[in-house]
Amino acid sequence: FRTLFMLQVENVKLLDRYTNRKAANGTLYLTATHLIYVDASAEVRKETWILHHHIATVDKLPLTTAGYPLLIHCKNFHVAHFVIGQERDCHEVYTSLLKLSQPVKPEELYAFSYNPKMSKENREIGWKLIDLKVDYQRMGIPNDYWEITDVNKDYEVCNTYPPEIVVPRAANKAVVIGSSRFRSRGRIPVLSYLYKENNAAICRCSQPLSGFSARCLEDEQMLQAIREANPGSPFMYVVDTRPKLNAMANRAAGKGYENEDNYDNIRFKFIGIENIHVMRNSLQKLLEVCEMKSPSMSDFLTGLENSGWLRHIKAVMDAGVFLAKAVKDEKASVLVHCSDGWDRTAQVCSLASLLLDPFYRTFKGFMVLIEKEWIAMGHKFSHRCGHLYGDPKEVSPVFTQFVECVWQLMQQFPCTFEFNERFLLEIHDHVYSCQFGNFLGTCHKEREDLKIFEKTHSLWPFLLQKKQELRNPLYRGFTAYRELQPNTLPFSFQFWCGMYNRFDKGMHPKQCVLDHLLSCVSQKMKLEDSASELENKLPFLDGPLPSEACSLSKVGSAASKTPMLNTPQDYEGEPPPALSNGASAGDIDVMSDGDQKHKENLPRHQDLRDLNVTIDILDSEAKDGEPQHH
Amino acid sequence: MLRSSQPLTGPNRKRCREDEMLLGTVLGEGERGFIIDTRSAQAAKQARMTGGGTEPKSSYLQWRRLHRPLERGRPLQESFVKLVEACNDASNNMDRWLSRLESCRWLSHVKAALSTACLAAQCMDREEASVLVHGAEGTDTTLLVTALAQVILDPSCRTLAGFQGLLEREWIEAGHPFHLRCARSAYSHARLKQEAPLFLLFLDCMWQLSRQFPFSLEFGERLLLTLFDNAYASAYGTFLCNNEKERRESTHSLWACLNQPGEKKKYLNPLYSPNALVIWPSVEPQSIQLWQGLFFRWIRSSQYLDEAWAEIQRLAESN
Repeated sequence: FRTLFMLQVENVKLLDRYTNRKAANGTLYLTATHLIYVDASAEVRKETWILHHHIATVDKLPLTTAGYPLLIHCKNFHVAHFVIGQERDCHEVYTSLLKLSQPVKPEELYAFSYNPKMSKENREIGWKLIDLKVDYQRMGIPNDYWEITDVNKDYEVCNTYPPEIVVPRAANKAVVIGSSRFRSRGRIPVLSYLYKENNAAICRCSQPLSGFSARCLEDEQMLQAIREANPGSPFMYVVDTRPKLNAMANRAAGKGYENEDNYDNIRFKFIGIENIHVMRNSLQKLLEVCEMKSPSMSDFLTGLENSGWLRHIKAVMDAGVFLAKAVKDEKASVLVHCSDGWDRTAQVCSLASLLLDPFYRTFKGFMVLIEKEWIAMGHKFSHRCGHLYGDPKEVSPVFTQFVECVWQLMQQFPCTFEFNERFLLEIHDHVYSCQFGNFLGTCHKEREDLKIFEKTHSLWPFLLQKKQELRNPLYRGFTAYRELQPNTLPFSFQFWCGMYNRFDKGMHPKQCVLDHLLSCVSQKMKLEDSASELENKLPFLDGPLPSEACSLSKVGSAASKTPMLNTPQDYEGEPPPALSNGASAGDIDVMSDGDQKHKENLPRHQDLRDLNVTIDILDSEAKDGEPQHH
Repeated sequence: MLRSSQPLTGPNRKRCREDEMLLGTVLGEGERGFIIDTRSAQAAKQARMTGGGTEPKSSYLQWRRLHRPLERGRPLQESFVKLVEACNDASNNMDRWLSRLESCRWLSHVKAALSTACLAAQCMDREEASVLVHGAEGTDTTLLVTALAQVILDPSCRTLAGFQGLLEREWIEAGHPFHLRCARSAYSHARLKQEAPLFLLFLDCMWQLSRQFPFSLEFGERLLLTLFDNAYASAYGTFLCNNEKERRESTHSLWACLNQPGEKKKYLNPLYSPNALVIWPSVEPQSIQLWQGLFFRWIRSSQYLDEAWAEIQRLAESN
């Protein structure tokens, strides 16, 4: 490696769920940004890269005959099980990783040192790629009822909102300021999405500081203004996305929810989505299921049920569907909040927008959606994703759940998104990687204070350059589908193996349809794409672009032409497994070489492994005639 | 690979020289073979009381017996019925759905069937050993294993013509009693004694293979659904009877219909690319999915998935 490494340790094994003690010895390197494991034992050198920021926990496991084990759990669900020969080395790696994975100050984050070859102008253009004003214009705003106001330009109204927010014209400054004093953190009702076809709006805010009986004239006027901005409907919905019990408990703390008696013509509704602590625990349980070695079908399904994970995904989806239906079918505006209006509220509003508007299902549109509902409107990314050393109780997979809801929609509507699953996974990776400035901090003001826009890069141009691999070959275009009405019966929700068992290649289909179809599409689309890319005025790296022709030839070339090699797993269902997994040579995982330095890399070309162990297992079986079932 | 029914060892441990010789001739000098018994060791032992049993080790020295119990008969039918009931449950409760999916055990049976077939295939491909598969009668779980193992091992069984041949050989000619097994299906209250969805289980396993190896089967889901339909209620005589003896000449063959050029196209997999190798599926729970195209066929719209397949077809053809 040309990069300097801080630590180099020999005699390290990397185990996976299928390896036995015969795992090869390799070398572990620690750089300032990554952990890199190199296995040079076979003909093909294998590298495994783990970004320090991606590390969630490092645990020392009890000593085994093979050495000193270290178990690393990553925030993108990669689990790395190392066994280190020397105790002193193990301890040194352990303490180093603990420190490297938990930076204390924002300035220590990768984004501030990440320095690709790019001119200053292009970096700045990158930040301007997404302009929220353009999206409001697309909705027809400003119009007779709604305006973009700069009343918050100095964050006087709300310090976690962006400087420019959309409010009803009828709501004057006094109403805005008054309402902000009656809302948790000053997060007043503002527009999230306007459904042009019938003037119904999705608005969002935080909980009112109503306690048991407090009222606020300005807040009531604010809601009235929102309702009257939609003359086509006699009422509006106010949706509290918390379970009723939680919302009621908040009243004792001087907060709570809207009293229908005090607000004219509102229909109040609870749609219970559990809080961040429940979600954190749910994910933890789900990951335990994913890590089980050779579970039975029963173990897996019971574990899945007990985690509650899909139940929560469904709850978020149900809420999004409710909002979309209210707007489209009932033509009624909806005001959504949770407690502080930046967890469940963000999930539900962005999901509803996606269901209603095909623009948000395009590359550009999805970026706009995230910039608007998550980044601009504030979301505690730094806390929820554990960017810095802090309170573990603040960590919660809120954004992950939103991304999963999008994936669930992709399963039901395969032709309706311009992008594919990999796009979602890349975004998810980078929410945690801190390589780009978009997701640092908690709100716009904080990003300004940290000088994100001067010192870091935006994720979006980086992703747009990889469009060829991230597109959906089945996309039928912008006008093919309008509103989506997903089936939300329980059986419609699938377990997302590509996310939660992403790195267990043996579990996934052995042949990659996506790559094959991408290569079918690419020839045709190439011309169309260059045209639209010029439109987007993409910043280009000063250095040569990763050669498109090169990555195209990788994409899909192996898919159907070369016969697929794979090897059997252990069909005994027993640990320790005797046979290698199915993910051997021929595994088609497309990543252009340029990515390797900046993201996790996975062993791609594994050799067929030695399979003489079958005999041992079968022999021991037949001795007593009893099946070796778990 | 051989198949049979159980040896009639009985409580007195009878021997049969001819049977021993027959199995002896299969193996060469010093070679060994595997017997895969699709009953549990206990069930196989108990079968002796009613005249059946297992091959005594001392008389079949070159053969090693492995037990891989696969569900059959009433319990399998119950599993199927419970699954269909769960799919039709409109209660909209996720925990309830997952609980019912787990307790019906259908996916466990899929996993077990694939695992056993893979085991048989491994014996042949990796150990280069012959395999004898049998359960009790040799007409149910036996055929499930031998048919699946051939699809795993043999690329010619993955072609449309080869698959038809496989079905003819391993299910129809081998004597799977379709008439009894596929009498009424899951909605009937009749609960007939002889009814059991072995053939459906086979088709489900085929679907799992097509999902894990989307390029390796010449046919697609549509063929599997058509076969399912015709096994239970058909205008053709192919799945009508219980065995060769009962077969009547006066009916039409389903294959003749499917193989007509106009019809055939519908059943082909647009992504097919012949794969000369053995295909080893993953039997991890995460890799086995509920066959939505079958179990939710009448419960939810397939419009968007159909559109996706049409796109795939279009793309594959233009390539």
